[in-house]
Amino acid sequence: MTTALIAEDEPLLALALRQELAQAWPELQVVASVGDGESAVREALAQRPDVLFFDIRMPGQGGLDAAADLADAWPHDTPFPALVFVTAYDQYAVQAFETQAVDYVLKPVQPQRLARTVAKVKDVLARRTGPQGLDTAVEQLRHLLAAPRAAAPLQVIQASVGSSIRMVPIGEVLVFEAADKYVRVLVDGHEYLIRTPLKDLLPQLDAQQFWQVHRGTVVRATAIESVTRDEAGKLHLTVRGRPERLPVSRLYAHLFKAM
Amino acid sequence: MRVDWLTKLQHFLQTVAFCLAVAAIQVGFRPATAWAPTVAFSLCIGLTTWGIVDIGRHVLPSARETGWPPGLKGFALVVVGITAGFVLGVPMGDAFSRGLGLYPAGVRVTVDYRSAFLITLLAGMAGTYYFYSRSRSSYLERKVGEAQQHADEARLKLLETQLEPHMLFNTLANLRVLIGVDPTRAQLMLDHMIAYLRATLDASRTPVHSLQQEFDRLRDYLALMAIRMGPRLAYELQLPDTLAQVRVPTLLLQPLVENAIKHGLEPQVAGGRLTVSAREDHGTLRLEVRDTGAGPGDTATAGSGFGLEQVRERIRTVYGPRASLQLQAASPTGTDVILTLPWEHA
Repeated sequence: MTTALIAEDEPLLALALRQELAQAWPELQVVASVGDGESAVREALAQRPDVLFFDIRMPGQGGLDAAADLADAWPHDTPFPALVFVTAYDQYAVQAFETQAVDYVLKPVQPQRLARTVAKVKDVLARRTGPQGLDTAVEQLRHLLAAPRAAAPLQVIQASVGSSIRMVPIGEVLVFEAADKYVRVLVDGHEYLIRTPLKDLLPQLDAQQFWQVHRGTVVRATAIESVTRDEAGKLHLTVRGRPERLPVSRLYAHLFKAM
Repeated sequence: MRVDWLTKLQHFLQTVAFCLAVAAIQVGFRPATAWAPTVAFSLCIGLTTWGIVDIGRHVLPSARETGWPPGLKGFALVVVGITAGFVLGVPMGDAFSRGLGLYPAGVRVTVDYRSAFLITLLAGMAGTYYFYSRSRSSYLERKVGEAQQHADEARLKLLETQLEPHMLFNTLANLRVLIGVDPTRAQLMLDHMIAYLRATLDASRTPVHSLQQEFDRLRDYLALMAIRMGPRLAYELQLPDTLAQVRVPTLLLQPLVENAIKHGLEPQVAGGRLTVSAREDHGTLRLEVRDTGAGPGDTATAGSGFGLEQVRERIRTVYGPRASLQLQAASPTGTDVILTLPWEHA
């Protein structure tokens, strides 16, 4: 029995995908259908389906981020589901998928195209053993989520403190951490809040100096003091001059390998 | 201060030609005059005047676009230029003529200051006027070109936002599903889509229409969005009958409604409610787009998006300072955009 989860915020399109899947893959059982990224992660962890159909654009969290979160939280000893992204129109994303082995379907779903996807997914499931699927998925997601870095890196962070603006040289910043609507900027013995989302900030940071270690965390590489693995196999790091223990997500664990 | 030296060279040569022409006219009227000194005087006076006026307008804080100092300053500059042309140009012309031996031999030369001044004044005014009108007309041409380009860009951008591919393809995908499961609803959706597309493409051709039409178009758009968003979108349009025939700029509210959905309701998992209303308020027309979504968020960037900018620009063009747009956080959640337009009872 093969099971699937559909994450699609538009009810009619979710219905259509179900109908087309019923035609193309009668044995497949859709165990859950949700309309946003957070629910998709929650349901996928609870139901452990074999196949995931994730819409790229959803309210709250989109399909790519949801998949990354899921890969992070997925138990290491069970095979990761086969991932299929669904998108109406997203040139950039489609190009990325062409280069990656992750499959995608364009809306409106065409029967012939879906049949090809189904064949591919069946093939992946047949060859899937242990944690391999997870490593591959992690690798692919990291590429899909990689932000293009701008040519001219930011030199100064402008943080408002009360009614004045504090200029923080980028050289002093140790950590950027997303917190709700803000981003925390941690420096030695002090922290500032800025309103620029991490997504917009990331392209303006020098990739050599600042490493993304989690969806919401970017760290100065030379400031990292130690990386430890806990009993559950999760990585955490500490930064010189800061008390925080920062989680490292599975997507970026490859950065830390003893030489 | 950027000086385009190639243009200046052109002006210099034009001035030389003009001075030669003035000299030729003088010699033509008084054949007895020796031509060489006349040319020398004419060139010295003319080029001094030109130099002071043409270079001076870059030294003075010029009106950047017209290239001329505004008002009295510009006038004063010309007066100074012509006076200097006379005061400096005459001795220079005299010096040149003596130095190069241009004066006819054996004749005692006296400069006729009165006629020299008159000619300097007339020629200086004519020359200055020529250059001024030239730069003014090229400035006006540039302005017209820029305005045209600006309007074209705005129109193109409007089309781009309203025919955003994601919206278009998602709507079509929904339509395709409906054709299979509910043909009647599919037809209804297609009708809304046709009306929406037609209005979008016509908006640039019909500058104003009635509030009734404006609300009908919003209804088309919202009906499309409601099919896509399902129960996540609730909406309400409130238009009193007394206001149905008031004229407003075509699709003025469209970008505001799109913003409310895109930035207010779509990011919310639970969606929310959108209310568009029109009412009379102390002799003004008050149009309001309110949503219960994510709220304006960052106050620093609130109201700087393309949609809002475009609406602001349009009401400024049509109504000037008598219209206003306010964006504020609604309570308990969401965003409230209020347009106040002047309106006289018909």
